[in-house]
Amino acid sequence: MQAFTKLTSTAMPLRVENVDTDQIIPARYLTAVTQAGMGDGLFSWWRYNRDGSPNPDFVLNQPQFGGAEVLVAGRNFGIGSSREHAVWALSQYGFRAVISSAFADIFYNNSLKNGLLPIQLAEESVAHLLDLVEELPQTEITVDLARQTVELPQIGGSQNSWTFEIDPFRKQCLLRGLDDLGYLLDKEEQISAFEAAASF
Amino acid sequence: MGKTLYEKIWDKHVIAQDEGAPAVLYIDAHLVHEVTSPQAFAMLRERGLPVRRTDKTFATMDHAIPTRIGAVELDWPEDAAQQVRSLRENCADFGVPLFDIEGDIQGIVHVIGPELGVTQPGMTIVCGDSHTSTHGAFGALAFGIGTSEVGYVLATQCLMQQKDRTFAINVEGELGKGVTAKDVILAIIAKNGAAGGVGYVFEYRGEAIRALDMSSRMTICNMSIEGGARAGLIAPDETTFDYIKGREYAPKGDDWERAVAHWRTLHTDEDAVFDRELTLDATALAPMVTYGTNPGQGVAVTGRVPKAEELEDPADQRSLRSALEYMGLSEGQPIEGQHVDIVFIGSCTNSRIEDLRAAAAIAEGRRVSDHVEALVVPGSKAVKAQAEAEGLDRIFSEAGFEWRGAGCSMCLAMNDDKAGEGKYVASTSNRNFVGRQGPGSRSLLMSPIMAAAAAVNGRVVDVREIL
Ligand code: SF4
Repeated sequence: MQAFTKLTSTAMPLRVENVDTDQIIPARYLTAVTQAGMGDGLFSWWRYNRDGSPNPDFVLNQPQFGGAEVLVAGRNFGIGSSREHAVWALSQYGFRAVISSAFADIFYNNSLKNGLLPIQLAEESVAHLLDLVEELPQTEITVDLARQTVELPQIGGSQNSWTFEIDPFRKQCLLRGLDDLGYLLDKEEQISAFEAAASF
Repeated sequence: MGKTLYEKIWDKHVIAQDEGAPAVLYIDAHLVHEVTSPQAFAMLRERGLPVRRTDKTFATMDHAIPTRIGAVELDWPEDAAQQVRSLRENCADFGVPLFDIEGDIQGIVHVIGPELGVTQPGMTIVCGDSHTSTHGAFGALAFGIGTSEVGYVLATQCLMQQKDRTFAINVEGELGKGVTAKDVILAIIAKNGAAGGVGYVFEYRGEAIRALDMSSRMTICNMSIEGGARAGLIAPDETTFDYIKGREYAPKGDDWERAVAHWRTLHTDEDAVFDRELTLDATALAPMVTYGTNPGQGVAVTGRVPKAEELEDPADQRSLRSALEYMGLSEGQPIEGQHVDIVFIGSCTNSRIEDLRAAAAIAEGRRVSDHVEALVVPGSKAVKAQAEAEGLDRIFSEAGFEWRGAGCSMCLAMNDDKAGEGKYVASTSNRNFVGRQGPGSRSLLMSPIMAAAAAVNGRVVDVREIL
């Protein structure tokens, strides 16, 4: 897993609530048997017109947001299916962090297992960030996982730094790029003991 | 203080809990399908690991396969065929039992698990599929996981999990005629919101829940995820035990007696406390229909699509407006009478024999409206065979419904069962997301009898008027 420590990047605003995993990556991209190529399917309903040409009204196709590694989205991001393909698509497209005021459970978990940092901030902070990056797309956001902060350059008198919560164990895994498998394999003794006791 | 059902199952399965780390939870049954497993098996190959418990792992194919009767594998789209080939290869190489489309047990993973008796009270059950919550109907802690986690469970039979909070949903009183489990769960989600359950495990309780058969209980638990919850539970009782008894993987002889004695302890203690509670009056419920693009956007069939001005939150107003624009519906319009182009009866929510019987009773002696295309897709080969033995396939065919083979089909439109651009689909599935049933498709979620009634009328009607 790719480690996440600190990131400074422009951000892409996605002013939509309840973005479901079918929107992040539609079912027709799920036929792959590898993780490759998912980035092309990211947000494809919105991103492409029905004839396959890019939809210029969608943020992903707007040059001012090109290269953004942070996605700022409306609340309840990632609802719906358990498809990890949604996380792979975001990562492969180039996103390293997603900011929203609420995430669906399975999506949140899947992100942590792939080095994509889900950042939950208060609704009004997300609203502020959306306004700001829509207005000033060149604004750079700094995400520091060790300090659990999201920071903006100081503009006027408005708040420019927020802290976010993250489970301390998950934070360590992300900082060090470790997945769960090594940890679980280390529990071999307990697993075997449990299986023996359960007599099944 | 006593424990909730969730806490009882949780406590029994935690095998390690290091300071500052999530719990390590043992998994009793792992269900696998073709779409979310290839990358997990690839991970095992990469690290040179075997599947730890092939006796607790069960695979089938359901998402990508065609359901047209007589569709031969040679004619399948290449990508579906490749996923199926890769599942076969993975199962053969790792020794995982596979219920192949070539055999007679295949079906939607959440339909065949219970059918086989794999699903039992008190178990922990996972699958790389969010509707794993279905199995909670048996008093099993069952939830969907991502592909990385599928790999971890294959390798270690364990997962790292944070404990969730508990949420009691009490449905008191008796359901009226024509009001089904589907309506109960759609009403719960409409009330509590599509994200109202995030961080919780639901336990459905109360007189209306106890009165339901297993099929209906599965319909309710199935859509727990649509309410944002990790899982949904219903305490096991005689209805549960009767359902399981005699099934292939059910305990037999003395083991059965011992199992039932244990299962009887699996209920929330009188003095246990839930973190949240919600109570619904079953007698006040009506058949439900969704009008929007998330499952929380539903109303009683006698109701109207809300107006944005009635909502307080600007984000909710924006969501409603964009949903209605996509759906081509207007604020304040009655949902009854809404035109329907396609009817889909199927999916892990509503494709069991009881669902098909109920829909067939509406279809019998009637005709599907001329402008409607209607599909009935049984959840498993066993459901299909049972329905055919009862003559339900004939009733459907004579009424003008197309009778299909088992699979997910138009629930997620991964195979060629896709609703066309702008088409209204009266659907018994669980998700009405933008494009879920095909590019530009507009889903109206409802119960099987409501969907059958919509098929014969060509529009949304209150099924209670023709019962
Ligand atoms: S029927 Fe639909 S919801 Fe159920 S497992 Fe298949 S695709 Fe998922």
